Order: sequence, then structure tokens, then C-alpha cells
Amino acid sequence: MRSLAYARFELVRTFRNGRLLVFSLGFPLILFFVIATPNRNEHNFNGSGISVPLYYMVGLVAFGAMSGLISSGSRIAAERTDGWTRQLRITPLKPSAYFFAKALTGYALAGVTMILLYASGISLGVSLGGGRWLEMTGLIVVACIPFAVLGILLGHLLTADSIGPAVGGVVSLLALVSGTWFPLGSHGLLHDIAQFLPSYWLVRASHVSLGGQAWPAGGWIVVLAWTLVLAVIARYAYLRDTARV
Amino acid sequence: MAGMQTEHTIGVELRGAAKSYRTAGTVVRAVRGIDVSIEPGETVALLGPNGAGKSTTIDMVLGLISPDAGTVSLLGGPPRAAVAGGLVGAMLQVGALIRDVKVRELVAMMAALHPHPLGVDEALELAGLADIADRRTHKLSGGQAQRVRFAIALAPDPAILILDEPTVGMDVEARRAFWLSVRAFAARGKTIIFATHYLEEADAYADRAVLMSRGRVVADGPTSEIRGRVGTRTIRATLPEADTTELASLPGVNSADRRGDAIVLICSDSDMAVRALLDAHPDVRDIEIASAGLEDAFIELTADPDHALADAEQQEALA
Repeated sequence: MRSLAYARFELVRTFRNGRLLVFSLGFPLILFFVIATPNRNEHNFNGSGISVPLYYMVGLVAFGAMSGLISSGSRIAAERTDGWTRQLRITPLKPSAYFFAKALTGYALAGVTMILLYASGISLGVSLGGGRWLEMTGLIVVACIPFAVLGILLGHLLTADSIGPAVGGVVSLLALVSGTWFPLGSHGLLHDIAQFLPSYWLVRASHVSLGGQAWPAGGWIVVLAWTLVLAVIARYAYLRDTARV
Repeated sequence: MAGMQTEHTIGVELRGAAKSYRTAGTVVRAVRGIDVSIEPGETVALLGPNGAGKSTTIDMVLGLISPDAGTVSLLGGPPRAAVAGGLVGAMLQVGALIRDVKVRELVAMMAALHPHPLGVDEALELAGLADIADRRTHKLSGGQAQRVRFAIALAPDPAILILDEPTVGMDVEARRAFWLSVRAFAARGKTIIFATHYLEEADAYADRAVLMSRGRVVADGPTSEIRGRVGTRTIRATLPEADTTELASLPGVNSADRRGDAIVLICSDSDMAVRALLDAHPDVRDIEIASAGLEDAFIELTADPDHALADAEQQEALA
């Protein structure tokens, strides 16, 4: 009950922040239409066997969800600057409940981005069977977990004035090397490096349209490993973060 | 929970508590081993100039930082346990209030985090927020924001209430209303610790003052006792011609100062001083004798005659 009170509070607060909503929801949508509309009839994008609207729908879900989840760090950094985090520390709120509320809020934003992009994708001819939609959505939700944790971690490590560039840089770099903007091909150095990034597997969720398995075991292992490592560091960062900022 | 407050004879206790920070290669010994014991139901002012160690002490009491040495206990247990039990409320020195919520929503959420909170309406009422409960937090004046922080501190219905410079940003009237609320809350048997720069607040609202300077407790007792400890009195008089060096050498006078036509003598023995003054200057007029204020005591007790010693200690700590 107590942890839910805080989660509810965070959700209400976030969805009241009009400017935050406009930018975090609007930007991926605009990019999607700008990139996908001219190429809506390309059904074998760069030899990947995936249509351009599907590829960019998932790519921009990846981009939008990543930036939505990581940018919860910006809000945390601002809250620390204002002393709110210290105020919360002198309540019985448990770290797990705090993490839950922050991740839930990030996911709520990411979820709205996802729904808007799905609708946009369908409007440009994306069509998948019901099972494929569910499978793809499930993979996206799982692949987002490390980014939810990363956002909280960055929020507790960085200050309000340094986190903007950090979040922008991390999201751009991950999006680029993970194939958000163009398919990486099936070999080469970039492809080999990208395999070890959770964002690569987030973009790979679009492969459900090809049938078979979108994620081999390696994808699950990468996402799980990042989640565990980041969660351990984030917990440590949160627990030691009681000083004045 | 009311039982819990009466079981303990000690509300807040620091024993040999010390805390140092390392900044830019220097060790700053913020608190240098202090012993303070506060009974349940006491209202105690923590006084001292900037850098005295008040905020570090408060952070240790709240369990936000752990002492390097010594112990801190609240109601017989570690601070974290008291916080987890909802026994502690605090008004911290912070920047802006959290945004995009109404005052009532914020106070209600904070109350909901605690096991035995005050009613939301009661907390709003006590903090004087009833008429602005539906306003957004980022649209409040400085004084209103301070009252919201006060309501947040009251929301847990804490046994121990900690206020760090609570009246900063409040005007005179808001300040008076605030202290009335604090007293009303104290009357419920609560332990209250407040840090302040304002000596008159300590004088008027605390049962006792703990005076800190350079990380140490330099005086601890009722404010009247602290004033008395300095034992000086001040003589003010009109005497346009006299030389201050000569006045300072009069028996019973520690120092002399001139303010226009007036002289101010700080005296260790004002009886002797006033006789000597009248003998030496029969034309002296408008004589007033006053006991030293808390402010004088404050300055005398917190003045640091040996910076060199402190610096040497700092070097030693580095090595």
C-alpha cells in the first residue's frame, strides 16, 4: 500500500508535466513519419526482409522507450538537487518501492510512445498477426528493463546540469550502434559489438515479422546480464546518495 | 506508538559523534566528537555560526550520514530504525519543492508512507495550509513553501521533529505563526530539535540551547544559563570627549568602544566600573547597565582565539 502511494504520486506528477509529454511522446512520432512515409512501400529494407515502416516503427519504439526510460534520470537528478531525495530518505519508503515507482513511471511513458507508434505503423501499412504483435511487445518490454535501471542509476550518479548531455549522448550512441537508424548487416565489427548491447536486441524485436525466433538465447543473456549488473550498481548508488547535492 | 515515546528516558543521544569530509585533498572535520543527550519532550535549539557543524549533526541524527566515530541513537535505537518506524519528521534545508503536485497531494502521499500518520487535514491545519491546499507546489511563495515543508515534517506524527533553519524565507508574522504551531506540536509531548541562526528564536522557543562552534559543543544548557556563563554586563553612556583607551583601562572594564557621542563598555564587574567611570568623568550622562545578550554570549563562546591550533589539527588529520 505504501509503495503504491508513492508510485501513484509519481505517475500523476509525470503525466501532468505537459512539456515533458509533448517532447518525449512527440519526437519519436515526428521522426517516424519523416523517415517512413517516403519509403512506405519498401518491403525488403537493406536486404533485411523487413518493411521500412515496421523496421522504423520498432526502431523508434526502441529510441523513444530508451530515451523515455533513461530520461527518468534527468528528473531524479533534478529532484536530488532540490533535496527531495533526501526528504524521501527520512521516510519508511523502501529502496525497492522507490525503484518500482521510478521504473513504472518510465514504463508508462514508454508504453504511451509504443501505442502511438504502433498506431502510426498500422497507418503506414504495418500488419502482423495478433500473436506476433504480442511477442514483439513482450520482447520490447523485456529489452527495456536495463534502460529503466540505467535511468535511475544515472540520476543518482550525475547532477542536474550534467545529465542532459549524458542522457542525450548515451541514447544517440546506443541508437546508432544498435541499428535504430539503419540495419547493421549480419557481420562486421559494429555488428559484433552491438550484439552485446541490450538496445540491439530491442531493435531486433522487429525480426518477429520474419517468423522463427526473434531472439536467440544470446539476446536473453545479454539483456539479463545488463539488468543485473546495472541493478547492483544502481542500488549501491541510491544507498550512498544521501549527501547534499 | 504513544507508549514507545514514554518508555525511553532518552530521546536523542550523540556520544563522541564525529564526522569528517575530504574535499579537494583537505580533511574538513565538520563534527569533532560531540556528546549531546536530549530527553523526550524537550525542545532544543542547535545554535552556531555557518560551518559550526549543525547540519552535519542533523544529518547524523537523521541517519542520512553515519558518524566516523561514536554513536547516534534515537529512542534507544539506530536512526534508520526510528525513521523506518515513522518516529522521525524533518524539515530540511532544500531548494524547490517537488513540482506538478497539489499541496494536499504531496502531504497526503508523505502521510501514506508512514505507519501512524497525522490526518492530512490536521497536518495542513497545523502548518497553516488549509487555504492553499489545492495550489500547485511550484506556484507558492517562499514562506508558503516553508509551511509545506513543515506539513511534510508533521505528516508522520513523529515522536522526534527535526527542523533545519525552518524560518528562512518567512516574514515576521509567518515566523510567529510558525513557532506557535511548533509549540502546539511540542505540547503533545514531542521532542523537537531545531537549528537556527536566529538567537531570539532559541531564546524564545527552546527549553535549552546547544551552542556549536567549529565542530564542537561549546555550551549546552538553558539559554538564560548560557547568557549568565559569559558573566559580562554592558554599560552604555553619553560621553563625547573621553578616550577609549583610557576608558578600557578603568577597573572592571574589559573593553571600550565609541559610537558617536556614546560609549559602550563591556565589563567583568559593572559595579566597580560604574563607580570608576563617575569618578573619572563626572559629566557622564544617560548611563544604562544591561546584562549581556545571548548574542554577546554567542560571539564570545564561538569566537576562535587560536586558528593556528585548528589548522594544526587539520594538518595532523591529513597526515
